[in-house]
Amino acid sequence: MPENRFETVPGGRRPRPGQEHFAAEVDEGGLGAVDAVKSDEAPSSLWRDAWREMRRRPMFWVAGVIILLVVTVAAFPQLFTDVHPRFECELPKSLAGPEPGHPFGFDRQGCDIYARTIYGARASVLVGVMSTVMVVVLGTIMGAIAGYYGGWSDAILSRITDIFFAIPLVLAAIVIMSITTNRTSFTVALVLASFGWTSIARITRGTVLSVKNNEFVTAARSLGMGRGRILLKHVLPNSAAPIIVYATVALGTFIVAEATLSFLGIGLPPSTVSWGGDISQAQASIRQAPEILFYPAAGLALTVLGFLMMGDVVRDALDPKARKR
Amino acid sequence: MLWYLGRRLLQVIPVFLGATLLLYALVFLRPGDPVAGLGGERGLPEAVQEQIRQQYNLDQPFIVQYLLFLKGVFTLDFGVDFRGRDIMDVIAQALPVTFQLAIMALVIEAVFGIGFGLIAGMRKGGIFDGTVLVISLLVISVPTFVIGFVLQFVMGVKLGWFPVTVGRDPNFYSLLLPAIVLAATSFAYVLRLTRTSVTENLSADYVRTARAKGLRRSQVTGRHVLRNSLIPVVTFLGADLGNLMGGAIVTEGIFNIQGVGGTLYQSIIRGENITVVSLTTVLVIVYILANLLVDLLYAALDPRIRYA
Repeated sequence: MPENRFETVPGGRRPRPGQEHFAAEVDEGGLGAVDAVKSDEAPSSLWRDAWREMRRRPMFWVAGVIILLVVTVAAFPQLFTDVHPRFECELPKSLAGPEPGHPFGFDRQGCDIYARTIYGARASVLVGVMSTVMVVVLGTIMGAIAGYYGGWSDAILSRITDIFFAIPLVLAAIVIMSITTNRTSFTVALVLASFGWTSIARITRGTVLSVKNNEFVTAARSLGMGRGRILLKHVLPNSAAPIIVYATVALGTFIVAEATLSFLGIGLPPSTVSWGGDISQAQASIRQAPEILFYPAAGLALTVLGFLMMGDVVRDALDPKARKR
Repeated sequence: MLWYLGRRLLQVIPVFLGATLLLYALVFLRPGDPVAGLGGERGLPEAVQEQIRQQYNLDQPFIVQYLLFLKGVFTLDFGVDFRGRDIMDVIAQALPVTFQLAIMALVIEAVFGIGFGLIAGMRKGGIFDGTVLVISLLVISVPTFVIGFVLQFVMGVKLGWFPVTVGRDPNFYSLLLPAIVLAATSFAYVLRLTRTSVTENLSADYVRTARAKGLRRSQVTGRHVLRNSLIPVVTFLGADLGNLMGGAIVTEGIFNIQGVGGTLYQSIIRGENITVVSLTTVLVIVYILANLLVDLLYAALDPRIRYA
């Protein structure tokens, strides 16, 4: 351990030769915390602390397993079922109960409900992930420019954000989707993202505003770093935490929004297997076979729950105020 | 405060113009001719189509159409729809129903959300807290329309406690179940917000001071903790009023309520552009006003906002 220039042992302060003035005890002066940092260790960053904190929470593992499972099912549905969700339907088996090989029974069209539930994951995950990525990119760019450059760009971008914020997401999506003839996962995600980015823009603007006044930004500027480079290298990485937390939760909301659109019949077309569409189908036969509604609804709820819980855990881990308690 | 009020009111103008222009463009710049399909299979004679186009200003350039529509908004005269009904009448019929539904939902989510949130926050880490948190997560993750179907089927069809659909004349009792469905998701958010806010305030210095000077527990909870915890909750509730009215489309569809949502959905399906734009404009105005109200309320409750 390197020789300490300042005496740090509590109560063990001896006057050095030539020292005449009296200094406060180290602990009283608030230097104790600074001295407690071990200088030979790598500095513990926010992210490392957060990761250590998250690993301890059982909820993190539950949410992680759910998300992993749903993503695997969405990517490789063939691994989980041999039955095709659309081309192996037998109308005589309409609304029939479970039988060997078909654990959940059949829907009104005589399609295997288990296979449809498995294949339905892809649409939800795809739309959720795509719209979240678009929202994060667009919202971060708008918010960062508004917050970092201020002035006219802030005034204009903030008004644009206000305008899009004034139109409720589902309302806008219904209006646009009803006039869209080419309805794919991508267009649904695009429509949801084009009206869903405002919250991220506002959050980013707020964080960038508070981060850009930090000492390390002043230091970088006095070292001659360009404004754009400071924004990319220093300000944005330090504004990432709230954006990530919001994005995790937003993913869940977008999945629900997609299901709502498909349920209304203006989301994904019936040729795409989706949970929202299947719920809408099941609703038609709810009086004869209410249990059909359960499977797609459970898949949807489980997926959203996974992302919500993950968002909760990440927020707790990234918020040092909550951690102390 | 007056200066803040003026500035905030000025901000509403560009937002209103931008939002209505955006919606108008989305609806009216869509491909296809709304008039051509009106006559069914045989189609309308060319002269009649021409007259309808003139009546709805469809022969004018887009920006003129928009300005004429804006004039209609300010004079409260939206014209008649393709079936000859005065759109103002349609709005006057639909808006009170949706408004009543939204207010009922707002009261439900406020009472239960704040109540449960307060208890959970006061006993953080307890059994009640844990149960309520899990339930709120579940409620958020199940979409509104699933909750709607399940409650309609169980409470309406199986148990017969509530009317299954609302239909022509809604009353308090028949709107109760739809209001619960509409409130469900926001209820969970209000609960979680109140809980977080209460736990934060419980460890605040002024609460410790209040306890130290010997105030009764109920006084500390009611005056100090709850009142301060309600600031973010009130903000959420105000903004949610707009959301509830816009989001009623699904709930109104399930329970067959003739409100703004139900009417809007039917006009979208039928391609009645002018009705769609008028109704969405009304919803956007409600949404903007609700957000304005929230900001003013916030500024009144928290002096720090005014001077920012």
